[in-house]
Amino acid sequence: MSVNKDTVRKIAHLARIAEPEERLEPLARELSTIIDWVEQLDEVETEDVPPMTSTVAIKLPLRDDVVTDGGYPEDIVANAPGSQDQFFTVPKVLE
Amino acid sequence: MSTKHPHESGHKLIAGATGDWEIVIGLEVHAQVSSKAKLFSGANTEYGAEPNSQVSLVDAAMPGMLPVINRYCVQQAVRTGLGLKAKINTISVFDRKNYFYPDLPQGYQISQFKFPIVGEGEVTVDLADGETVKVRIERLHLEQDAGKSIHDLHPDLSFVDLNRSGVALMEIVSMPDMRSSLEAAAYVRKVRAIVRYLGTCDGNMEQGSMRADVNVSVRRPGEPLGTRCEIKNVNSIRFMSQAIEYEARRQIDIIEEGGVIKQETRQFDSKTSTTSAMRSKEEAHDYRYFPDPDLLPLELDEQWIEKIKATLPELPDEKKSRFMSDYGLSAYDAGVLVAEKDRAAFFERVAIGRDSKLASNWVTGEFFGALNKAGLNIENSPISANQLGKLIDLISDKTVSGRIAKQVFEIMFEFGGDPAQIIEKKGLKQVTDLTAIELEIDKVIAAHPGKVAQVKDKPKMMGWFVGQVMQSTGGKANPQAVNQLLRKKLGLG
Amino acid sequence: MTDNSELTDLTLAQARDGLRGKAFTARELTQSYLNAMNDADALNCFITKTPDKALAMADEADTRLMRGEGRPLDGLPLGIKDLFCTQDVLTTAGSHILDGFTPRYESTVTNNLWQDGAVMLGKLNMDEFAMGSSNENSYYGPVTNPWRRSGGETKLVPGGSSGGSAAAVAAGLVAAATGTDTGGSIRQPAAFTGIVGMKPTYGRCSRWGIVAFASSLDQAGPLARSVQDSALLLTSMVGHDPKDSTSINAPVPDFESAMTGEMKGLRVGIPKEYRVEGMPEEIDRYWRQGMDWCRAAGAEIVDISLPHTRYALPAYYIVAPAEASSNLARYDGVRYGLRCKSDDITDMYEQTRSQGFGDEVKRRVLMGTYVLSAGYYDAYYLKAQKVRTLISRDFSQAFNKVDLILTPTAPDAAFGIGEKANDPISMYLNDVFTVPVNLAGLPGLSLPVGLNAQGLPLGLQLIGKALDEETLFRAGGALEEAAGFNATPTRWWRDV
Ligand SMILES: [Mg+2]
Ligand SMILES: [Zn+2]
Repeated sequence: MSVNKDTVRKIAHLARIAEPEERLEPLARELSTIIDWVEQLDEVETEDVPPMTSTVAIKLPLRDDVVTDGGYPEDIVANAPGSQDQFFTVPKVLE
Repeated sequence: MSTKHPHESGHKLIAGATGDWEIVIGLEVHAQVSSKAKLFSGANTEYGAEPNSQVSLVDAAMPGMLPVINRYCVQQAVRTGLGLKAKINTISVFDRKNYFYPDLPQGYQISQFKFPIVGEGEVTVDLADGETVKVRIERLHLEQDAGKSIHDLHPDLSFVDLNRSGVALMEIVSMPDMRSSLEAAAYVRKVRAIVRYLGTCDGNMEQGSMRADVNVSVRRPGEPLGTRCEIKNVNSIRFMSQAIEYEARRQIDIIEEGGVIKQETRQFDSKTSTTSAMRSKEEAHDYRYFPDPDLLPLELDEQWIEKIKATLPELPDEKKSRFMSDYGLSAYDAGVLVAEKDRAAFFERVAIGRDSKLASNWVTGEFFGALNKAGLNIENSPISANQLGKLIDLISDKTVSGRIAKQVFEIMFEFGGDPAQIIEKKGLKQVTDLTAIELEIDKVIAAHPGKVAQVKDKPKMMGWFVGQVMQSTGGKANPQAVNQLLRKKLGLG
Repeated sequence: MTDNSELTDLTLAQARDGLRGKAFTARELTQSYLNAMNDADALNCFITKTPDKALAMADEADTRLMRGEGRPLDGLPLGIKDLFCTQDVLTTAGSHILDGFTPRYESTVTNNLWQDGAVMLGKLNMDEFAMGSSNENSYYGPVTNPWRRSGGETKLVPGGSSGGSAAAVAAGLVAAATGTDTGGSIRQPAAFTGIVGMKPTYGRCSRWGIVAFASSLDQAGPLARSVQDSALLLTSMVGHDPKDSTSINAPVPDFESAMTGEMKGLRVGIPKEYRVEGMPEEIDRYWRQGMDWCRAAGAEIVDISLPHTRYALPAYYIVAPAEASSNLARYDGVRYGLRCKSDDITDMYEQTRSQGFGDEVKRRVLMGTYVLSAGYYDAYYLKAQKVRTLISRDFSQAFNKVDLILTPTAPDAAFGIGEKANDPISMYLNDVFTVPVNLAGLPGLSLPVGLNAQGLPLGLQLIGKALDEETLFRAGGALEEAAGFNATPTRWWRDV
């Protein structure tokens, strides 16, 4: 199995998804199945192949330095589960 | 003046209980690009606005929002790179740096990881003793700033303001080439001078336009690099120096007591001047960098870069050598003058067409001294370059002596006004009329026959006579004329 | 016309002509669709219905039509996949985590449609965050395919992720719908429901305001009842958008007029690698039938090879989850949507995301996090992007020889709800023919060509060169005519 329980615990935390202890083993199995399957890519010789950076044949567009947006704080916090005085509020963060 | 290569600079060792230690410092300076709008959105970047009022849908990471890059920010990064004598990369890539934090709305920061816009460069750092040190630049990359979390407005909640979210930063990463807090401070000052000369960043540390992450480690001289700690977000040069001093001592103490340094992220507390490990950054990070699929690689045209190069202003180093050769200034004086763009410009306005040595002495001595004492800077200086220049003209044409000029300067500094008028009104004009001076000399000679008799054997007593004459003329007599006439009258030849 | 059921039978083009000819009003047309929608709750196509908005928009269209100021889509009632942000209308992406999210903005694509006079009937069900091939991954429950196997009552999936869109179009609940296609999410459900689905060239439709799944693959497109309808709708959807850095600034042809009814001089490539093991014989038969129709329409059939085809799916299942893991990081309970109560910030994140995301989304986010994590980037993500280059080169080489490519759309017809739920990889295999097109950013069109032995629709896919949607519409129109597919599902859901 390419992915074990500890790895699942680690990546679940990296992804900020709570996974109960009893889900770690089944998830490890599921992910291993998929990882083993995608590893067939190892058959492909890619030594001198550049990675695909984009499918569109255009250059990165650049915009002018002009203020065109903002100025609607009430819209910004309108959907927030917690807000006060136009701030978002979250459980206290300890630094 | 000698230039020391960083690796031979063994002169900044500090003593521990078991021998000498060397501090090794590398800096990541975050300089906010002086753009009107953000790096990837059209929201305003001005400092001090109402919470979340300078936030676009993009900056708030609303679903389906996409970044579009600001051309001006790219330009400024290139300008800064050129100012750091660095290689400009014609292809660079924006990556996502993934981590969770409430003031990071996207859950990732758009930054540049593998392919930054600017590669290796070099900064010549001027030290107070007139020496210089080279600090190598590893890279400069463009990235977005995060928002701001405020933790002291509520007992159980943190407040998040996204006004800074998406503001363009240039992260300037140095090699670990600094060996003391003095060198680090001088480096930051130099980088700040360069970006201010270029106009790419206002360098305002109080408002957070410039801040530094400081990497500190210690080692025995000649040994490989030690484990470093990173002190995050230090926002003044003074704090940075304190943080380095404290951190180096802390590390030395740990090692000397047989401990090992843990690589970690620390924060500086300005109230206690100490550093402490950051709780929120304690866990090992795995940023999962990958190219941002919402953006294409940034391709720069060689000719476009050349065009920017052609419009670069004169930078501190070039200005310094020009001041030395054109105005005959010492490395030290030239260094002091070019440290800030507006100070250098002030000096040039004073110096042009005048005795440059005299101009430099007055600008760096009297003028900067008075400004510093009054807590003022060039912008709000009570004396203009033109006025100071006129004063120097009045010294040169012997209207006033240097000593009197200092009095005039003080009056100008406090009350303003034209130096010639002040001299006229206060009757400070130098006496060059030889008959008037002769009259005073005769009086002194007549009053002190004993001294006149002594002076032939003790020529050093000349000074006493000069002093008497100057006193009786209220300091206005031309000292050279006094000297000459006295010698003649006393028969000293 | 007074019989409402007849109005919903009209194609988009027929309805447009009827409105312009004043045979009926936009309000009448809209009302008949609203009635059909309300009769079809058994299909679970809609997450949100917007009848008031629909009638108001219809009235505005009627005013314009009355004055003879009709716009291209004036008064035509559409359904919108719930991945498009719609101003002041709940937008969920099929996810619990976007509970209550009401954007204060409108996606560029839907805005284009409203500018052209279209009427919004509501927001269509979909696989959560567009992740799925069966529409079983919606927080709002699965969508049921209006088609049933002959004589059976087994509920079938409509395909995914634009399953609500496909089912609604096939059942006559909307005149046409928007969808998005990251690995086949327009074309595969179109094939499963007997309609036409079109994914344009990557960059044709702006992604601004569409909830992102995998940014380098996502592309919006139409689901409609005919090739002409999809051409009509696509013409309004596309266009350069300065707010999307990957949007293409290219002239927009009138796709409808590309449909000349013949294929003279076109060379049609048949990739040998698309003949996969275990594919039902009848799909192969329709494929060969398709080649005959091409020849009959004046085209030449050319054998081609796309040698890296079999690596497309594994590459896709690295690239798409990697991008998704990052794109979905913004759903953290801070600025919108669901938040689970906690007094610790990390716990708040973890609980919110654990409860807010469904199993498939979590699986892909974990998968994406894994392949990007320290030490694995080169082995997985970089490798997959290199394979992607090879897949793209395969197509470029093929297009030196041919003008378009003909393949089946999916390896099988619609399957039963729950049948493949426990085997992610066999589910992923549904997209084996559609995924390579996304990886290369090319346009693809699926059209229905016939029914299988069980009476379920099957589709063929046309793949074109970048920005050459016109050839797809031209060939699609000719094949549509040759196939003469006009079967519709019996409206069993009305009695439920
Ligand atoms: Mg850093
Ligand atoms: Zn940084």
